[in-house]
Amino acid sequence: MSTAPPSTQAGTSEVHTTDRDTRVAMYRLLVELRYFEKRAYDLFLQNLVKGTSHLSLGQEAIAAAFGAAMRPGDHTFATYRGHAHTLARGVPMGPVLAELLGRENGLMAGKGGSMHLTSVEHGMMGSYAIIGAHLPIACGSAWSAQYRGTGAVSVAFFGDGTTNIGAFHEALNFAKIWDLPVVFVCENNLYMEYTAIKDVTAVEHPAADRAAAYGLEKIIVDGNDPDAMHTVATAALDRARAGAGPSLIEAKTYRHGGHSRADPAKYRPDAEVQEWLARDPLPMYRARLIADGVGEDELVAIEGATAQAVDEATEFAKAGATPGEDLLLKDVWSDGGWTWRN
Amino acid sequence: MAELSYREAIARGIAQEMRRDENVVFLGEDVAAAGGVFKGTVGLLEEFGPKRVRDTPISEQAILGAAMGAAMTGLRPVAEIMFSDFFAVCWDIVVNEIAKSRYMTNGQVSFPLVIRSGNGGGLRFGAQHSQSVESWAMAVPGLKVVVPSSPVDVVGLLAASIRDPDPVIFLEAKALYPTKGEVPEGDVPDELGRAKVLRRGDDATLVAIGSMVPRAMKAAEQLATTGIDCTVVDVRSLVPLDTQTLLEEISRTGRLFTVEENPRLCGWGGELVSIVGEEIFYDLDGAPVRITTPHIPLPAADALEDMAIPSVERIAERVQKAMQE
Ligand SMILES: Cc1ncc(C[n+]2csc(CCOP(=O)(O)OP(=O)(O)O)c2C)c(N)n1
Ligand SMILES: [Mg+2]
Repeated sequence: MSTAPPSTQAGTSEVHTTDRDTRVAMYRLLVELRYFEKRAYDLFLQNLVKGTSHLSLGQEAIAAAFGAAMRPGDHTFATYRGHAHTLARGVPMGPVLAELLGRENGLMAGKGGSMHLTSVEHGMMGSYAIIGAHLPIACGSAWSAQYRGTGAVSVAFFGDGTTNIGAFHEALNFAKIWDLPVVFVCENNLYMEYTAIKDVTAVEHPAADRAAAYGLEKIIVDGNDPDAMHTVATAALDRARAGAGPSLIEAKTYRHGGHSRADPAKYRPDAEVQEWLARDPLPMYRARLIADGVGEDELVAIEGATAQAVDEATEFAKAGATPGEDLLLKDVWSDGGWTWRN
Repeated sequence: MAELSYREAIARGIAQEMRRDENVVFLGEDVAAAGGVFKGTVGLLEEFGPKRVRDTPISEQAILGAAMGAAMTGLRPVAEIMFSDFFAVCWDIVVNEIAKSRYMTNGQVSFPLVIRSGNGGGLRFGAQHSQSVESWAMAVPGLKVVVPSSPVDVVGLLAASIRDPDPVIFLEAKALYPTKGEVPEGDVPDELGRAKVLRRGDDATLVAIGSMVPRAMKAAEQLATTGIDCTVVDVRSLVPLDTQTLLEEISRTGRLFTVEENPRLCGWGGELVSIVGEEIFYDLDGAPVRITTPHIPLPAADALEDMAIPSVERIAERVQKAMQE
């Protein structure tokens, strides 16, 4: 099986259907997600981010494209690798970073941590750390939108490894038979934790080759190409909104670093890593936008502003208080409490 | 007042809430067109239509995931897991997703949903369709656990569970489906976390749930003829637990007998005994006694199953023996 990345040319003259403002907005998101993840990694190395964290370095184009294509009111369901998807819905960096640091000013006051980022007011309906669990849950929010006629679409992001767990298959069938407005997005980064997906999967394309079993179209896209991603995302969201049911998208991508924490990712062949690093979505997209007539000064301004925003978010997070004991027993139940007896 | 069976009370309870609140929806395997494998939901599809009463594939994770996602976005789903043993194939959604997400998100989401399930033995179905699993659910922070023992409680507690803003595991005692009882017309006001004293006697307190309630009552009648006067308390809701009523009724007699259908280890009675030991030890006149199914998977043969699950005779004998010691 080939692991070669799908071909994407920087600076081609091909016509992009996505409008200029959206493309610049995607670049802004790419930069934000990249700078944020790098900062998260630095803070991890400084032992300020405790526990674990899973970065989207290298995979940002998928979150950026969906972030640009989704509407307010749409629902995102992500995995433990969810920083990028959270930011892409407009959640500010400060509280996200503070959550990683376990501070009271964190997105969930430190009660969730890196793997469970949630911001309901932004449509970020949670990050789930049990493989596959959020796919059926996304079906539920899609069912609710369908039932109440809200027009909202639910989007669930997950990895290639997730295509081998039962919940993936249950959710696809369920979404199809109920025509649910849900989009399933497999971020195929070729690896689970440390095992190559091709070594443990019966088919070449772990998500797309399963689509037919659920009456769905086979969709494979270059997950490192924001324009291609945006086109596919928009089509799937439109389909769902029009009542035409679910889609399953397999986006090919690659993580620049390890699976989590300080994993050096030695299990990946050097040549493969080099090949994919050469397809880094950031410089590629930057060059393409400039070739298409976007002024470099505009991009430089975005980069500068984002770097400053990441610094500010870091200060915000570091200045956060340690969560107090009042939070410990709060919000098990809807009455705000935790009691199980009278 | 109408006489209803426990199974009829289920459809009645769900229907009442569906009429009251259009956000109440119902899903499960074979529940709509077929009316449920235990015929507990007959008539719901006819009254409320396929948009609100939905048959699902055999996909327990999808059923509960769908219920969860719907609950966190404005609906009040009632989901059925046909046999409570099947919780084992979707326990992740219950334990890791539904139960934990409110806390993890610092209260951003809540899950007003009910998961109904046929629980326990007595039907000769064998080990994979007979276990009493309330202690599984009770061990998970973030779940409420309700076990009705009569038709009127089915209706009242279903209403209270569906209106509750938090997830409720609603365990129906399969052995009780055909049993009958009076249920008043209209709303049956009830609440979670309130035990019911079904009988008062001064000598001993029998505490039971679900299918063990009628047996404890019968045993108490038999014991009364031998001069042992028992109080019987139906716990009804394990989480939240009405410790106030329980401790009061146990203190009053000084003797506690739990009657549990579950296999012995970590049954709800163990928790009750520990609370009693910590809080009213000096009110006791004798050691608490747990009457449970032995710690075995339930056998299928009627003769064997009857030996395993506490019977009226076993309860009465055990109480009598302890009271004579
Ligand atoms: C049910 C379950 N099994 C195993 C794990 C441990 N685990 C966490 S991430 C991971 C790899 C997932 O791979 P993939 O779906 O490709 O996502 P990626 O991390 O590559 O984004 C595993 C095995 C888990 N969290 N949940
Ligand atoms: Mg992967």
